[in-house]
Amino acid sequence: MSVTVKIPTQLRAATGGESEVQVEGSNVGEALDAVFAAYGDLRERITQDGTLRRFVNVYVSGEDIRFQQGLETAINPGDEVTILPAVAGG
Amino acid sequence: MSVESLKCKECAAGYELGAAYFCERCFGPLEVSYDHSDLDADEAKRRIQAGSRGIWRYSDFLPFAGRPGDPLEPGLTPLLRAERLAERLGVDAEIWIKNDAANPTHSFKDRVVAVAIAKARELGFETVACASTGNLANAVAAHAAAAGLDSYVFVPSNLEEQKLLATGVYGTNLVGVRGNYDDVNRLCTQLAEEHPWAFVNVNLRPYYAEGSKTLAFETVEQLGWQLPDRVVSPIASGSLFTKLGRGFQEWLDLGLVEGEQPTFNGAQATGCSPVATAFAEGWDVCKPQKPETIAKSLAIGDPADGPYAVEHARRTGGGIDAVTDEEIRAAIKLLAETTGIFTETAGGVTIGVLRKLAERGELAAGERVVAYITGEGLKTLDATRDTFSMHEIDPSLDSFDAEFAQEVSV
Repeated sequence: MSVTVKIPTQLRAATGGESEVQVEGSNVGEALDAVFAAYGDLRERITQDGTLRRFVNVYVSGEDIRFQQGLETAINPGDEVTILPAVAGG
Repeated sequence: MSVESLKCKECAAGYELGAAYFCERCFGPLEVSYDHSDLDADEAKRRIQAGSRGIWRYSDFLPFAGRPGDPLEPGLTPLLRAERLAERLGVDAEIWIKNDAANPTHSFKDRVVAVAIAKARELGFETVACASTGNLANAVAAHAAAAGLDSYVFVPSNLEEQKLLATGVYGTNLVGVRGNYDDVNRLCTQLAEEHPWAFVNVNLRPYYAEGSKTLAFETVEQLGWQLPDRVVSPIASGSLFTKLGRGFQEWLDLGLVEGEQPTFNGAQATGCSPVATAFAEGWDVCKPQKPETIAKSLAIGDPADGPYAVEHARRTGGGIDAVTDEEIRAAIKLLAETTGIFTETAGGVTIGVLRKLAERGELAAGERVVAYITGEGLKTLDATRDTFSMHEIDPSLDSFDAEFAQEVSV
């Protein structure tokens, strides 16, 4: 399934300036792996030892994946995956 | 000039002093880094004591080259000994209340906003903004008005009416988002990428957070240049809690005060307790929650500084507790009855946890405890509804006597 992954401004140097990337994947983990396959620099910035870094938040159509099944969260047609820093607010 | 750079708290990568808030290498939070190698402690103390009657007396320890102009300077709020509260709690500890409701918009948020807006002006921003649970909205709207800047404040649309009214009055663009605070925060993180605005707690967060250190500095100064043994502070994002620790540590390191880092006790509401839960479970990350509590100003289900708050509580031998809505209401009343201070729900959380510590016997005789009251009771009036009843009488002596026959002796 084709899905749109939105990249935060500060990481766009690693995607050649692209703000969103179209990839294939049935869940969040697969979609991110596909992004990393295309833009290798992103893997280390977003993940550590195969899991998301502790200050990275990922949302599927606005809902934090930690309220769902984490990287196993299924993606449905039309969903958007958004990567955002977790260190805002308060 | 002692402000050096922004530095990642996770991997120590350095960044220039601009509108940046997370590390591009590891997503860790950025923090202001200072070079105080030329600082003379006695000289710094003299500058403080000769300084303004607010937070800018601590300019040496804030991210500015000099003292910024500020028409609405917060700070130097009362620190009061609460002997009757200690008595009611049944402890021989010295209990002190730092009443930070005594700020221009009646919460500690004036401190962080004053610093963030001064930095926004220095960086040339014309519009400021924030994601808020209410108190921050009040402060951003007011300080933006005072500085002549445009502002957008984003809040959950179901916020207490008092907080909405006390924000809109300043002529800000008040935006109620149909969602909880974490939804508001996510939206603002996205908006910060799209608009050239200074979001005080997003892209200006490293500076904003520095404002909370002034609460630690004031505490030390008001205690006669001494440290408390223990502090009890509310935790929402965990920023205030960790920056209190940083403020004490900076002055310890620089020799402005002697002693040890106080024991840190954090306070959350049971209905939104991701940091208390992480502490209890021994986790080094916080599992996000969907908040359900009357303490709306603390209702952050995904706390940015949660991991650091847990670390600081552990390192200082303290803890993080949570109290129920009923305990919050009772604690608001307890503080009001024993000190004359009427706090909002967040203060009820803090005093509720103080009471828990007393009940568990954790407050030793002679121990000096400072509890931080961060907001004003008039902003969360619903929390006091039905906690007492009014005597209603006719305008006659008979009616009064009939009502109080049991209680008044002539």
